[in-house]
Amino acid sequence: MTRDPVLTFTDRGIFCPAGGFFVDPWRPVDRALITHGHADHARPGHARYLATEAAAPVLHHRLGDITLETVAYGATLRIGDALVSFHPAGHVPGSAQIRIEVAGEVWVVSGDYKVVADGLSEPFEPVRCHSFITESTFGLPVFRWPTQADVAARLNQWWRESVAEGVTPVLGAYSLGKAQRLLAMLDPAIGPILTHGAVESTTEVLRRQGYALPDTVHVTPETKGTDHPGALVLAPPSALGSTWARRFGKVSGGFASGWMQLRGVRRRRAVDRGFVISDHADWTGLLWAIEQTGAENIYVTHGYTDVFTRYLNDSGWNAAVVRTEYEGETTESESAE
Amino acid sequence: MKRFAQLFREIDGSTKTTVKVAALADYFRDAPETDRLWTVALFSGRRPRRATTTTRLREWAAERAGLPLWLLEESYAIVGDLAETIALLLPPGESVDDSGLTFWINALRDISNVSEEDRKDFIHRAWDQLGTTERFLFNKLITGGFRIGVSQKLMTRALAQATGRDEAEMAHRLMGNWTPETTSWHELIEAENSAADASRPYPFYLAYGLDTEPKALGPPEDWRAEWKWDGIRGQLVLRDGSHFLWSRGEELITDTFPEFARAIDFVPDGTVLDGEIMVWTAEGPQSFNALQKRIGRKTVSKKLLTDAPVELCAYDLLEEHGTDIRDQPFAERRTRLERLLADLPRDAPLRLSPPVDFGTWEDLARIRKGAREATAEGLMLKRADSPYLAGRKKGDWWKWKLDPLTIDAVMIYAQSGSGRRANLFTDFTFAVWNGNDLVPFTKAYSGLSDEEFREITAWVRRNTRQKFGPVRQVTPEHVFEIAFEGIQRSTRHKSGVALRFPRMARWRRDKPVQEANTLDDLKEMLRQYG
Ligand SMILES: [Zn+2]
Ligand SMILES: [Zn+2]
Repeated sequence: MTRDPVLTFTDRGIFCPAGGFFVDPWRPVDRALITHGHADHARPGHARYLATEAAAPVLHHRLGDITLETVAYGATLRIGDALVSFHPAGHVPGSAQIRIEVAGEVWVVSGDYKVVADGLSEPFEPVRCHSFITESTFGLPVFRWPTQADVAARLNQWWRESVAEGVTPVLGAYSLGKAQRLLAMLDPAIGPILTHGAVESTTEVLRRQGYALPDTVHVTPETKGTDHPGALVLAPPSALGSTWARRFGKVSGGFASGWMQLRGVRRRRAVDRGFVISDHADWTGLLWAIEQTGAENIYVTHGYTDVFTRYLNDSGWNAAVVRTEYEGETTESESAE
Repeated sequence: MKRFAQLFREIDGSTKTTVKVAALADYFRDAPETDRLWTVALFSGRRPRRATTTTRLREWAAERAGLPLWLLEESYAIVGDLAETIALLLPPGESVDDSGLTFWINALRDISNVSEEDRKDFIHRAWDQLGTTERFLFNKLITGGFRIGVSQKLMTRALAQATGRDEAEMAHRLMGNWTPETTSWHELIEAENSAADASRPYPFYLAYGLDTEPKALGPPEDWRAEWKWDGIRGQLVLRDGSHFLWSRGEELITDTFPEFARAIDFVPDGTVLDGEIMVWTAEGPQSFNALQKRIGRKTVSKKLLTDAPVELCAYDLLEEHGTDIRDQPFAERRTRLERLLADLPRDAPLRLSPPVDFGTWEDLARIRKGAREATAEGLMLKRADSPYLAGRKKGDWWKWKLDPLTIDAVMIYAQSGSGRRANLFTDFTFAVWNGNDLVPFTKAYSGLSDEEFREITAWVRRNTRQKFGPVRQVTPEHVFEIAFEGIQRSTRHKSGVALRFPRMARWRRDKPVQEANTLDDLKEMLRQYG
């Protein structure tokens, strides 16, 4: 009798036959293990969810009253014939890679990840495995991130310059992960930090959980642009240039994303300042993570899948593209990361 | 290179014109003179001699980065700019170099004489010493094409600010045949009565498209009309017994159109004409399709000269008897032009673009409808008292083009864009019905809003049927109105037609696929307008 593979790729998502569960499925299923709270990984409609304790508050915040079981990082559960554990992915607070072992064979689904510590998310831990499922959002050698300290310095300098010129800096970032990471990089000594409702609600959830985040002022319909001199405004990218932003008068628009590495994308966004910062691994980070797992088989999900897979195969791995409905870091929408 | 890189970052990092102009003006005040001169040259499309081929550059970059060449090519396809791709994928540089722009340009000139091995060494060492932005600019010096959001207009404005001189004068000074090797900053920008070279053209005055009803322009008697021809804009300069033909892109195209060597037999020296270069045969003016055979050819065969003879259909006189008359009113320049070109023999390569007379705006609207029959794209409206300005200016000159031809077509393939649009699907192939089959007939990549491109990109991801390399076949579900300026027969296309300037005019969400147009509709358009 031939054994089932540990994981199979179905049109509903990544499935574990031995455990009868899915990982980050995109169609409703009975049992879903969730790597993190971004919308393309944690979808509504499943009967039962399993995630890390640290991811739970955000999942409840986003998906409402779901049946959610939680587990600590590193603890092992038995589900059917599979041994399952969650390990930090360093992507956003609470995010995990999921390790699945069946009869001694180990697979890891990494969801989304980055390998450098951002000071807020639980830092990425390499997990040894036979097969590794990796994203490839920035799987091209032109993506190489500057250090967080460099970006923080540029960010705060832009804030100071804007204030000196009498314009309000409005920084666009997604509401789960990137926004809080930026909050932690900002220097509150420069002035108050104002937040759009979409940013504030998630921030408040994480703050209550105990993540170290600076104080922020929630912008309400009553807030006037002149109420908080010297402030920086943090808002989802869609709010940049919207009527919502008009209350701040003359603004300098900033956008933080890995895509800001490309001049063409910077120009298309037409922002005044682009900051190269991403919650996904850059080229070097992806290769380092793959190396660390010691895996022989690499399955490549969302991103520059074809190119990245070809490179891995050329470099001696056994790599294949897997079609999923994950979306990576989009430059435009709020829906996924 | 650091000062130049700083200028570049200031310009590239801002969307505000005032910021760009101020950064340039600062640079024109304080950078070394030779660097300034080279910057003006680069930003106006003049480039240093190519130090090596881009093929070598790719190989050397892949080698330095320790990556296979195919991966560099794939990255380039996504980034859309070779200089940028190379700058990004090399290992981080040290940014220790303090040499100026001119130093690097001269160094690149000098290595064209050394062995290929030494040339590679030089370029590898340069990459190691330069920071990422400096490296990008260094690569640009080799690959050419400094399109960084500085128009000629912005540059002349900055020069005017930095020197306290008039903007139009600056624009004129920058025209013509100079290079940093043949002139100096002083001679080009500052010298009084600079002995301008005989070939120097005037900056073209460019019109905006009319976006209102012509009634809004005021009384019709203040205006003059003529056909808007479908050729290429040209300026014919006759000075010192020689002739020079300039395209609107400030390219010297004298050799492409040898017909104009005879112009001097018909009009006096010291004449500069503005007009449209068009193929004109015994049957009259021909469409742009006919001119296409002539464009870009340096050597012109006898046969081509007989099959597709060109003329300058002149509509303005800029210099008369060696005197710049651009500040005269249009009506006056026009009178002198008519006098100049009156009674030319039929074999002269010059003719007058005839005035289109009209009484009321309603009359003119009726006349405009006949533009296609006159082989024109519409009408030009010029205010009778307008001087000949430099560059694109609103107010005195307007293009009043015909509405484009349109057809409703089904999207069947999608391909992602590059550069600005690296992560969006922006290049689409469209088809019309032929019975139950969809026949592709054109590609289009523009006309939608960013919002619509985002939406269609998300849709393409979900509705890909098959991938062929970078091309995705998608479910035929969406209908788009394709607008275009002309149609011609083509053997290269399965559909048998080729469109001119196709673009997506509208996303017809209201239209089911079955109601898209047919190949017969397209053939009927070819019969009418081809
Ligand atoms: Zn994702
Ligand atoms: Zn994510």
